[in-house]
Amino acid sequence: MNNASTSVAITLKQVQKTFSDGTLALKPLDLHIEKGEILVLLGPSGCGKTTTLRLIAGLEFCDQGGQILFGDRDVTSIAIEQRRVGMVFQSYALFPNMNVSENIAYGLRVRGESKALKEKKVQEMLTLFDLEPYAERGIDQLSGGQRQRVALARAIITEPEVLLLDEPLSALDALLKKRLRTDINALLKRLGITAVYVTHDQEEAMAMGDRIAVLDRGDIAQIGTAEDIYLSPKSEFVANFIGQMNHFDGLLHGQALSFKSNFMALPEALYSTHKEGERLRCMTRPEDMRLIAFEDATLKGAVFHSVFLGDRTRVLVSVEGVTELLHVDCFERKRYSRGDRVGLLVPPLRVVLLPTKETEDMPC
Amino acid sequence: MKKGMSFYFQLAFTLLVCAFLIVPIFMSITAGLTNNYFVGVKSGLTLRWVYQVWGLYSDTIWLTINIALVTTLVNLCVGVPCAYYLARTRSKLSAFLDECLTLPIAIPGMAIALGLISVYGGISEFRMSWLFILVGHVIFTLPFMVKSVLAVLQSINFRVLEEGAASLGASFWQRFFHIIVPNCKTGIVSGVLMTLTLSAGEFNLTWMLHTPLTKTLPVGLADSYASMRLEVSSAYTLIFLGMILPLLMAAQWLNRKPKRTA
Repeated sequence: MNNASTSVAITLKQVQKTFSDGTLALKPLDLHIEKGEILVLLGPSGCGKTTTLRLIAGLEFCDQGGQILFGDRDVTSIAIEQRRVGMVFQSYALFPNMNVSENIAYGLRVRGESKALKEKKVQEMLTLFDLEPYAERGIDQLSGGQRQRVALARAIITEPEVLLLDEPLSALDALLKKRLRTDINALLKRLGITAVYVTHDQEEAMAMGDRIAVLDRGDIAQIGTAEDIYLSPKSEFVANFIGQMNHFDGLLHGQALSFKSNFMALPEALYSTHKEGERLRCMTRPEDMRLIAFEDATLKGAVFHSVFLGDRTRVLVSVEGVTELLHVDCFERKRYSRGDRVGLLVPPLRVVLLPTKETEDMPC
Repeated sequence: MKKGMSFYFQLAFTLLVCAFLIVPIFMSITAGLTNNYFVGVKSGLTLRWVYQVWGLYSDTIWLTINIALVTTLVNLCVGVPCAYYLARTRSKLSAFLDECLTLPIAIPGMAIALGLISVYGGISEFRMSWLFILVGHVIFTLPFMVKSVLAVLQSINFRVLEEGAASLGASFWQRFFHIIVPNCKTGIVSGVLMTLTLSAGEFNLTWMLHTPLTKTLPVGLADSYASMRLEVSSAYTLIFLGMILPLLMAAQWLNRKPKRTA
């Protein structure tokens, strides 16, 4: 089975959603998802990711002026049953009154397809999803992973133009989640189907999507590949939402950022875009920082705490002039004790510099 | 072994149930099957009184069955969509409708009957027909059907199920008949049994609404207790129990069945 021929691109033009109580759930949004692309909508609860998905599905309608296109087809005011979408729900929404085969066949049943075609396609799906032994089972006799596979089979049997997945793995345990997300990703790629995948789990988002759109308070904070978003976050929100980030404020003096007696040299690309004396927020990831000899460093501190995490040791370092403890991941098997004096090395290309929003004086 | 307070409390409760419920029913059944109740079982057992009741009151039994079945049909056609609407909508209208539906449970049957007579009693053909009793029975039993279906709808995530069906291309009616109705089956069956039981046993309303030609079984029962010998009216009770008990047992059995969740 291949959906590449039926798949279409999705375009959202100035799509905005205001709920009946006046709440603005989604600010005017422009988004284009290529044919066969998997886009992940990522964000915390209430950021508008599910609303966006429901608007694409046709379960909600956008405010006047917005437009949703499937390929060239304007589906803005078309109800879900006519949109030719496949949808996998967080709770799977499997019909308890039907067994596995009947659930999978339902989309074909409502289209009035012949019995022979239904049987053939259901068999294909049962084989594809490894569900053959469970064909006659009731939904309440299935495990979470099996239910998830039935929901996916049911959604793609009708060869939809787009596939929408609303946190489909959130009800599963961590181990199964990891296995299934790899399986789903491989399957979606094989089918060549345009898919929109909603999740609040950043690890899942990075494993699943061709591109990730990070949403914040009804707006896209950043859209790009996993690498773009992880390595070059455009805002503090994105930086904090994806992975762990150290952030500390300093003043730009010449070609370095200073923190009381400490300073950190910056590459030209970073310092040249800011004004002398400007207060900046420096962000860097724990795995990009390195602990070096105290004497060799310009950024010096003392170990506050260290935790052995198996593949690495997370060291928390207190630096003079920096309010928060800095998290540093050490991959070499070395022990650190509280009070050990250490130097910190931050590779300049792994630093994100943003103007700070705070106005109060800093201890610089 | 020393028995606690709860044992004696349960014993007392069991004895009270026996004294006021089981014994009178048993005595009534015995009276309907003995030749002479005052002489006792030694006067001999007979089905004479049952045959006599059938001869005298069979038309009331058929009318009762007829009204109960039509009431159930009306409740199915009105009650299930009504429960679905109430579960789906949260508006002032739905709150008002919910209140209106609950009202007949709180208002005495006599009052409902008086209201119906005072408003529609003047339409003589309607007043003389069994349809007049049917209206009363629907008003009285509809809340039980609606509440029963509503309880099931509220216990399943029916909105998501509907959205799931819609995403697969199902129209509103396909969703209603393929998804909503089958998943409310326990509520619907329980509502049907309750409607049949309540309609068949309803006395207050029917007493006020009936005419000599539109007597139902409970009205006939009261009539026979007032005007016939005790054995005849007891045989009448026997037939009544024969109709009602299977329905009650079916309702109990359904309530005990574990419910499936979505």
